[in-house]
Amino acid sequence: MTITTQKPLVRIEGLHKYFGPHHVLRGIDLTVNQGEVSVVIGPSGSGKSTMLRCVNLLETISAGRISVGDQLIGYREVNGRLHDLKVKEIAAQRREIGMVFQRFNLFPHKTALYNVMEAPVQVKGKAKGIAKKQALELLDRVGLADRANHYPAQLSGGQQQRVAIARALAMEPELMLFDEPTSALDPELVGDVLNVMKDLAKSGMTMIVVTHEIGFAREVGDTLTFMDGGVVVESGDPREIIANPQHARTKEFLSRVL
Amino acid sequence: MDHHQQGHAVPVLNNAVPVRHPGRWISAIVIVGVLALMVQSVITNHNFRWDVVGTYILDVKVVQGVGWTLLLTVASMVIAIVLAILLAVMRQSDNPVLRYTSWVWVWFFRGTPVYTQLVFWGLIAVLYPKISAGVPFGPELFSLDTSTVITALVAAILGLGLNESAYLAEIFRAGLKSVDKGQTEAAEALGMGKGKIMWRIILPQAMRIIVPPTGNETIGMLKTTSLVLAVPFTLDLTFATNALANRIYLPVPLLIVAAIWYLVITSLLMVGQRYIEAYYGKGVDTNLAPAVINPAAAKASAAVAPSAEAEPSLKMDFPEDEAK
Repeated sequence: MTITTQKPLVRIEGLHKYFGPHHVLRGIDLTVNQGEVSVVIGPSGSGKSTMLRCVNLLETISAGRISVGDQLIGYREVNGRLHDLKVKEIAAQRREIGMVFQRFNLFPHKTALYNVMEAPVQVKGKAKGIAKKQALELLDRVGLADRANHYPAQLSGGQQQRVAIARALAMEPELMLFDEPTSALDPELVGDVLNVMKDLAKSGMTMIVVTHEIGFAREVGDTLTFMDGGVVVESGDPREIIANPQHARTKEFLSRVL
Repeated sequence: MDHHQQGHAVPVLNNAVPVRHPGRWISAIVIVGVLALMVQSVITNHNFRWDVVGTYILDVKVVQGVGWTLLLTVASMVIAIVLAILLAVMRQSDNPVLRYTSWVWVWFFRGTPVYTQLVFWGLIAVLYPKISAGVPFGPELFSLDTSTVITALVAAILGLGLNESAYLAEIFRAGLKSVDKGQTEAAEALGMGKGKIMWRIILPQAMRIIVPPTGNETIGMLKTTSLVLAVPFTLDLTFATNALANRIYLPVPLLIVAAIWYLVITSLLMVGQRYIEAYYGKGVDTNLAPAVINPAAAKASAAVAPSAEAEPSLKMDFPEDEAK
């Protein structure tokens, strides 16, 4: 929507990823400014989810650098050499980055309320009373205040995903990653989740959204990146790219999903 | 019922004639008949000596034996469970030394008879008369007589517990592996540490898989305790009833006494297991009718929240809700 500042928050530079012999990411560059919504599209197997997972180190980085704010993700640089961060230091970096998964990954043994409260209490050491109040506010924000005491199995997919968003927001992250958040949902439930994401974008949250929802990209995205075969094929203003793609592969992909 | 609000007439239920099952009746009658005959024979057969069973069922030695057997079972299972969690976590470690240590432990303790292991624990004072700790090739820090530390009871508990830990380690490993990888990823993405992820996220879910076979193992352990005469430990239920039987030359009624007690304890353990299973099954196995919610509380919590945000469609709930 509106770009409040032009300060880059996320910088991905020359990112490569190998899974054994498979060269999945072949030099990705991507910058996301503070408050921006960066939408990433592309055919399955193009590496877009892998790229997203590298940003909070759910995948190790084979080559290249990712920084979020002033933090180099996963490494410490000493005299020009990279040193792996300790598990605790990685956990500390992840606290600033919220993630929403395709398959929700709610904790099934905890109610919606306790899913949202878990990390603030256990990781940040917040008092239970305060964490509960904030969790209820967040659940209300995603339209699920009346579902606080339900277990995930008692919620629809769309409701589960909205709880998952509330759970990620409870850590008050500076960046939110969305890994195909609506791909596992029935069509009529997609809208509720996208509405919550739109509100979040309006509130100024910096977001990287891997998705197949071209409508969302057009309406909410500040930048659109099209990936294929582990490289960025095209990147720029979403409305321009969707209306007038420059590359043949982009054109072909859009013609199939629109 | 919302389905019928548009229709006018209440539907006539089909009320079909059910299929008859004469086979079920015949088999039930046969089984009940055979059972009645067996009960009658057991009650009326004087060789069972029910009078002796009645005399000894609450004998001091027998009740003490029940106590010792329970102590052996509980203590060895506690040791086995603690070790099994450790072994299962070690088995998943990135450190190959820990992984192989866990593997060798399971290989050894599962691969040799528990009876042999119990004999060895009984002989430990002969093999190692003194337990001492010190710097290798250096000064000794302290030293103890093995026989004062490893009493017959300690030897029995260690022998049973270490053997059982190998079996339980495999059960725990299967349980941990059964939890979806997305759970770890979600917890990691929230910035949780390794220990918290294991204790708060993975293990509680794995327990659903772990509890039923562990209950099985506990009941198995209850009866395996009868092998502690190999140590020798001579106070458990089987040894106590055998000793009484040898004294009065009536083995059958005292075997019945022991069997009754084992059945009673097993039944109690099964009740306990049911509660443990219900606890760890919450959110998954329990009846998933929507949780009872106090509507006043829900409204109150909604009132607390900022209402400036555009309200996502609260009323877009899925149809299951309307069915009730």
